[in-house]
Amino acid sequence: MSLLTVDRLTVATPGGRPLVSDLSFELPAGGRLGVIGESGSGKSLTALAVLGLLPDGLRASGSIRLHPSGGAPAQVVGAPERELRRLRGRVATAVFQEPSTALDPLMRIGNQIGAAVRRTRGLRGTALRAATLSALADVGLDRRIARAYPHEVSGGQRQRAAIAAAVACRPALLIADEPTTALDVTVQAEVLALLDRLVADRGMALLFISHDLAVVSRIAERVLVLAQGSAVESGTVADVVTAPRHPVTRALLESARQLDAALEVSRP
Amino acid sequence: MILEAREIGFAYPRGRTVLDGVSVGVTAGRGVALVGESGAGKTTLLRILLGLLRPTSGEVRFDGEPLRLGDRALMRRFRRDAQTVFQDPYSSLDPRQRVARIVSEPLRSLGLDAAPERVAEALREVGLPEDVAGRYPHEFSGGQRQRIAIARAIVCRPRLLLADEPVSALDVTTRVRVVDLLAELRETRGLTVVMVTHDLAVAALLCQETVVLSAGRVVEQGDTAGVLGSPTQPYTRRLLASVPRLPAPHPAGAPVEPNSE
Amino acid sequence: MTRHRRSLVAGTALVGLTCAVALLSLLWTPYPVSDTSGGRLAPVSAAHLLGTDRLGRDLATQLMVGARIALQTGLGAVAIGGALGLAAGIAAGFAQRWLDDGLAAVLDIVIAFPTLLLAMLVVAARGASLGSAILALGLAMSAVVARLTRILVKRVLAQDFVTASRVSGTSWPRVVAEHVLPNIWPTLAVNLALQFGLAVLAEASLSYLGLGAPPPNQSWGRMLQEAQSTVLVAPAGLVAPGLALLVLVVGANFVADGLREAADPLARRSS
Repeated sequence: MSLLTVDRLTVATPGGRPLVSDLSFELPAGGRLGVIGESGSGKSLTALAVLGLLPDGLRASGSIRLHPSGGAPAQVVGAPERELRRLRGRVATAVFQEPSTALDPLMRIGNQIGAAVRRTRGLRGTALRAATLSALADVGLDRRIARAYPHEVSGGQRQRAAIAAAVACRPALLIADEPTTALDVTVQAEVLALLDRLVADRGMALLFISHDLAVVSRIAERVLVLAQGSAVESGTVADVVTAPRHPVTRALLESARQLDAALEVSRP
Repeated sequence: MILEAREIGFAYPRGRTVLDGVSVGVTAGRGVALVGESGAGKTTLLRILLGLLRPTSGEVRFDGEPLRLGDRALMRRFRRDAQTVFQDPYSSLDPRQRVARIVSEPLRSLGLDAAPERVAEALREVGLPEDVAGRYPHEFSGGQRQRIAIARAIVCRPRLLLADEPVSALDVTTRVRVVDLLAELRETRGLTVVMVTHDLAVAALLCQETVVLSAGRVVEQGDTAGVLGSPTQPYTRRLLASVPRLPAPHPAGAPVEPNSE
Repeated sequence: MTRHRRSLVAGTALVGLTCAVALLSLLWTPYPVSDTSGGRLAPVSAAHLLGTDRLGRDLATQLMVGARIALQTGLGAVAIGGALGLAAGIAAGFAQRWLDDGLAAVLDIVIAFPTLLLAMLVVAARGASLGSAILALGLAMSAVVARLTRILVKRVLAQDFVTASRVSGTSWPRVVAEHVLPNIWPTLAVNLALQFGLAVLAEASLSYLGLGAPPPNQSWGRMLQEAQSTVLVAPAGLVAPGLALLVLVVGANFVADGLREAADPLARRSS
């Protein structure tokens, strides 16, 4: 039984236009799946659908089942908000591209992490403070960051703080939607290494969404290629880069290769 | 040398120093990439080179002559020769103007012949059909908008294109297509591209020279092949090492692993 | 028909009704404005559709003339407030650093200054007249318009297309005409339509307090004031101008609501 089972998921506009159609995939506990596609391919909507966070007006149909080990399976599609709140954080949680939108600008970073921990793990007082500080330490942030407001720290530190808040809830599934796109390359490398370590240490499953195959290849073994809301190809990263089957994948790979080769040519 | 920055310093009043003693030269036909991380001062340097900001110290020289922002005749000549493209394809086109009006703006503002044929020609050169002229920016995708912005930049036949992260906001495939377009314009129009970018691959594809900036200073500069191929500075090496690379394909003929899960 | 299209049509109809009545009043009214032949507090009848007031003047006539005054006030105040506010707002939008802070503070002070007090000062200086009321309302409105304009202008100036325009050698006045005004206009138009409604209401309050148009020009506010003491005998005197105000102000608000999207080619296309 997989941790996440998406079966024939369709997300449609109020007018009935499908933005994601008939999408099926599975993610076992502790597994890592990269979802790749260009803008408009439906990759971010899929992430939001798993969390039951689709924008107003969009409707999901099909099935999204979350089954944490030692817990009861839960159906996300059509679940009432109360049920979804119970799942978010505890079972599945997410970090997004723009960490400044994920953090409340008026709340100190430590309090935000603390609030997430208290809500999902029910800790109070000293235990809560300790959990918050250890969450910061886990993502390599100094404990002084706890007293800072989001705008007082760099983009990379904000993203680390967002990851700390997400991971401190001890979810079984972490969804990362373009978490490094807004970051500089050196910071991107650090954040990817951090995610890699956290996911491995905690045995979390990772759903990593990106438009960049090279980034995905750093963190996921398997990849799902989306185009216009449908899955066009899936397999291990190594297989996909060796023998892409679908034209969309081939075009994606060719572009990535072209950029990659540019760096190679300049080497002596 | 078409454009030269000499010992440029820039600081905000009572603020931190953004640039300190930066010298960069642009010769015809040799594109320059300004690379570095956010906060390095790349964009500020580009705005100074564009004559949009006055440096606190040092000077910008255009065709060997100091660029005096108050000298109207000189600035008109400079504007005609140095155009720009921005990162955000959404903010860079006025949503209330039709494409024809957007693209012809440099011609109108510089008092040049703004005949529709010139707009059509520029649109053709960036690979857009002529009938886009009557439409509004919101009808286009990010990549198409960036092409419209490039058409606006080349319509007055400038020698220089000073671009700020022109492909960073685009998808990988679109990014490669726009890079190809810029490379083509470099050849057909003799356009020299000066580009701020954090993407080293794009720098390598488009510019012969690379200037690495960090914290407002030049760390390393020279031939792109040399700077990116055999960097001498630890900072440049770290930058290069951080770029995520595609994994190599399986060796030819090797059996493809079965999909096991 | 979209919701916004509906509001625009409904709003235009309501405002148009007031305009039609106002135009008609220039050509024809049931009685001359100062005619008192109907006798005091005549009830509603075929001769006097809304009855007469305590001086014997025909209420229907007053209501028609009042429509003219209400529109004059609204349009006059919007013209003054819009022109002054736009000019000041654009100047403030371009201002940098300390000048910007200073202008913003001045605008806040003017906005905080009570309109009523401003009106009393204007009346003290110029005497009570419709012109004084319009001037006072226009001045008060200009600060609100200026503050909004300042923010809108700053937002547009921060866009890359303005920088691109400057790199193309466009002069600042031309940047304002080609990029700033067209981009701030939809939001500004909505605000001016709302301000029009507020000005009509404010004039009614000023008239009610005796600071508006002097007799025999009955504004709706003055009609309300005069009907106050006789409301139990002649309720039509209170209800009619009240409803007329409601029609015009609600109409103006509907127009504002409709303009919000209709004036915006982007929203209209994508919806």
